[in-house]
Amino acid sequence: MLAYIIRRLLQSVLVMLVVALVSFSLFRFVGDPINSMVGQETSIADRDALRTQLGLNDPFLVQFAGFIGRAVQGDFGISYRLQQPVMELILSRLPATLELALISGIVAFVLGVGFGVYTALRRRGWLSNAIMTVSLIGVSLPTFLIGVLLIWVFAVELQWLPSFGRGDVVWVGGWPTGLLTASGRASLVLPAITLGLYQMTLIMRLVRAEMLEVLRADYIKFARARGLSNRAVNFGHALKNTMVPVITITGLQLGSIIAFAIITETVFQWPGVGALFINSVRFVDVPVMAAYLMLIALIFVVINLIVDLLYYVVDPRLRVDRANARH
Amino acid sequence: MAFQTKSPAWTRGTRSALLAGAALALTLSAADANTLRWARVADALTLDPHSQNEGPTSTLLHHIYETLVSRATDGSLQPRLATEWSIHPDDDTVWVFKLREGVTFHDGSAFTAEDVVFSVNRVTAESSGFKALHAAVESAEAVDDHTVHIKMTGPSPLYVQNMTNFFIMDKDWAEANGVELPQNFAAGEENYAVRNANGTGPYTLVSRDPEVRTVLQHFEGHWAEAPEVTEIIYTPISEAATRVAALLSGEVDVVQDVPVQDIARLEQTEGITVTAGPENRNIFFSYDMTSERLASANVDDNPFAKPEVREAMALALDRDAIQQVVMRGQSQPSAAPLPPFVNGWTEEMNAYGAPDYDRAAELIREAGYPDGFSVDLNCPNDRYLNDEAICQALVGMLSRIGMNVNLVSQTRSLHFPLIENWETDFYLLGWGVPTFDSAYVFNFLVHTREGSYGSYNGARYSNPELDEKIEALATMTDLEARDALIAEIWDKVMEDRVFLNVHNQMLAYAMRDGINLEVHPENQPNMTTVTFSD
Repeated sequence: MLAYIIRRLLQSVLVMLVVALVSFSLFRFVGDPINSMVGQETSIADRDALRTQLGLNDPFLVQFAGFIGRAVQGDFGISYRLQQPVMELILSRLPATLELALISGIVAFVLGVGFGVYTALRRRGWLSNAIMTVSLIGVSLPTFLIGVLLIWVFAVELQWLPSFGRGDVVWVGGWPTGLLTASGRASLVLPAITLGLYQMTLIMRLVRAEMLEVLRADYIKFARARGLSNRAVNFGHALKNTMVPVITITGLQLGSIIAFAIITETVFQWPGVGALFINSVRFVDVPVMAAYLMLIALIFVVINLIVDLLYYVVDPRLRVDRANARH
Repeated sequence: MAFQTKSPAWTRGTRSALLAGAALALTLSAADANTLRWARVADALTLDPHSQNEGPTSTLLHHIYETLVSRATDGSLQPRLATEWSIHPDDDTVWVFKLREGVTFHDGSAFTAEDVVFSVNRVTAESSGFKALHAAVESAEAVDDHTVHIKMTGPSPLYVQNMTNFFIMDKDWAEANGVELPQNFAAGEENYAVRNANGTGPYTLVSRDPEVRTVLQHFEGHWAEAPEVTEIIYTPISEAATRVAALLSGEVDVVQDVPVQDIARLEQTEGITVTAGPENRNIFFSYDMTSERLASANVDDNPFAKPEVREAMALALDRDAIQQVVMRGQSQPSAAPLPPFVNGWTEEMNAYGAPDYDRAAELIREAGYPDGFSVDLNCPNDRYLNDEAICQALVGMLSRIGMNVNLVSQTRSLHFPLIENWETDFYLLGWGVPTFDSAYVFNFLVHTREGSYGSYNGARYSNPELDEKIEALATMTDLEARDALIAEIWDKVMEDRVFLNVHNQMLAYAMRDGINLEVHPENQPNMTTVTFSD
C-alpha cells in the first residue's frame, strides 16, 4: 500500500512538472506584458529596461528554472496587473470558485441521478421524453449562451435573480461564503445552473444507461420473482449497482467543473479564479497565469490520486486478492 | 430626492418559488437615493496614484485623489488643487503654482506645498508609470506653504497639459507607510499604497474588493460644494452582454463602456438614456514607407514608399461606409489624424472626398504594379471599437484597386509589439492625445525613432528637417509662432500621407433616466458632476 502511494505521488510530481513546462512555453505566444504595463508615452529604452528587470529577456530555460525554483518555495511573484502577491490573489479568489463548483456539482449530481432513474423507469412517458430532449439542448448549447439566456430571462425580464456578482459574503473562519446571505444565495442560482447543466446531463444519461442495463440483469428478475416491492428492487438493487461508475465520473468531473468555471465566471462576473485567469490572459499577467495553471494541475492530480486510492479501498475484489495472496 | 429606484424583485423581499422548488427569501435594502451604482468593463489596477498610467485606474483615482489642474468635458484646463499657474516671469524654465488654501487630506492633515514637492519627486521616480510625462522636470521647490516652483530642464510652455493625471499624495502619510516610491515589480513586495489611499478628493475609500466592488463615500471635509452623489458603488463587469443586462435589470445606474451594437437598442429602451460624445482617440492606418522592400509583399520593392500608392489608398478608403456599416453611426469620419479638440487640428485637414476606385486603380498601375500586389495588414481585435471589422472593410475596399491584402488580426499584446519592433508593414493604430496638443502626436508618431522620440513611428518615417522643428516645439514660448510651426509640420505630414486616418472614436455612456452625466473626452467621467432629475 505504502509503495503504491509513493509511486503515485512521484508520478504526480512528474505530471506537475510537465504541466508547468507546457504552460510556461505557451506564454511566449500570448504576447508581451510590457505593453499592458506601461503608458503609450514610455520610450523603447524604458520598455527594454523593464523587460530586463522582469527577466523576460532571459533564455526560456533560465526563466523556467527560476519559476520552478521560486514556486517550490511557494513564491509565485507579484501580479503585473494588480500588483499584489499572486498566491494571495489566488487564495482570495479560490473560495468563490470552490463554492460555485461544489454547489453546481451537488445540483448536477442530485438532479442527474433523479432524472436518470426516472427516465430509465418510465422509458416511454411524455415527461421522460421531455427531459431527454431538454437535456440534449443542455449538452449542445455552449455554456456562454446558456448563461446569457438565463440572465436575459431571470434577471432582465423576470427580475427574480441578480445578473452578476456574488452578492454579500460573510466570513466564516477565514472563508468568505455567500451561502449565508440572501443576496449571496440568489447570486449563486444562475451561475450554478449554467455550470452544472452539462454535468447534470452527463450524469443523467449515464445513470439512465446503467439502470437500463442493470434492470435486464438476472438478479433483478430473481428479486422480482422473490416478490420484493418495486421500490426495493429499483432503489435497493438496481440503483445501488449503477452508482459505482456514477460516483467515479462525478468525482472526476468536479475537477473539470473547477477548471471550466472560467466561462461561467466571466459571463456572471463571478469573482473566482477563472475570471482572474481570463483577465490575466488579456493583460499577459504571466505570474498569475502560471500559478493558476499549476493550481488546476494540482487539483486534477489530487483528485485522481484520491480516486485511485479509493478504488483500492472500495473495490472488494482487490482486497480479496490481497487477502488470498497473504495465505 | 426625486429619484425613483426601480428595484428588481429579488431586492424587494418577495418570495419567489424558484427552480426545483427552492424558495428564496431575499431582503436587501433598496439603494439609497444618493447612491450611484457605476459599472464599466474593468477595475482600477491599483490605488497607487503614480504606478499605472491606465484609463480605468486614473478615472477611479480622480474620485479619491486630486490633481493640480483638471480637464473639463470640453477639453479645457480647470483649477483644482492649484488655483493659478503660470510661467515664472523672470525664468521661463520655472512653472509657478499657487495652491488652494484650506484643503485637507482624508486623514485630516493639511495640504501644503510640501505634499506637491513630494508628489513631483514620486511621479518622476524610476518605478513611476507616469515618468515619461514628467521627463522635463528637473526639481520642485516649496517657496511657501501655498506656492510651488517646478524647475524644468528647459522652457516647457505646455508642461501643465501633462498634469491632468498627476495626483497629489500626502507626504507624511506616504512616509509613515513606507510608500515613498511607486510599486516596483522586481522587488517582489506589495506596496501599501496599492490597496490604501489618503487623498484630498471628494470621496473617501470605504471598502475595496479588487475586481468585485469598490465603495466610496462623500468626504465631508472636501473644499468644494457637496456633490449630489454621496455614495459610489463601483463594480467592474467585463462581459458586455452582462454589463448591459445589469443596467436593464436595474442593478446598476450607469454603464460606462457600452458596446457599439447595443447603443441603438438602449436608446429605444424605456427608462434608459444614452449620452454620446467624441473620444480623444483617432483610428488610422499607417505603413512602412521607408524600408527598401516589405517583408510580406509579393513584389521586390516597397510600394508604400511610392506617393502614388499612398494616394491610391486614400482614394479607396470609404470613411462614410465604415461609419454607417461598421460603426453604426458611432464615429466621426475624418482625414486628420488627431481629434478635433486638439491644438493644431483644422477643418481643412479634416476634409475628405468621395472614394474614386477607378482613379485609385489607375494610380496603382502607374506606380508600376499592373497586376497589383499583395501585403499583410496587422490589426488588433480587442483594443478599439470594432477594430477588426474596420480592417476587414479596408481589405474589401483595397481589393477593388488591385491590392490583395491579407488580414492578420490578433490580440493587443501581440499586435502592439509588432509596431514597436518594426515587424509590420501595414497596421492599424489608435492614438489619444492626453496633452491636447499636436506635439504629442509628432513626438511619438512622426519624429525619427531615437531616444524617447518615435516609439510608435511604425511608418519608419524620418525627415531630419521636421525632427528639428518638432524638437523646437517643446521649448517655444511664443505660442503664436508655435502654432504656425505646428501647422507647417502638419502640412508636410499630410502631404507625405504618413497616416491614413479613418475616424475619431465616439464614447457612449448609458444610464437610467433621471441621471445626468456628460461624456468626458478622456473617458474619465467624474461622478461629482452627476445630477439627478425627475
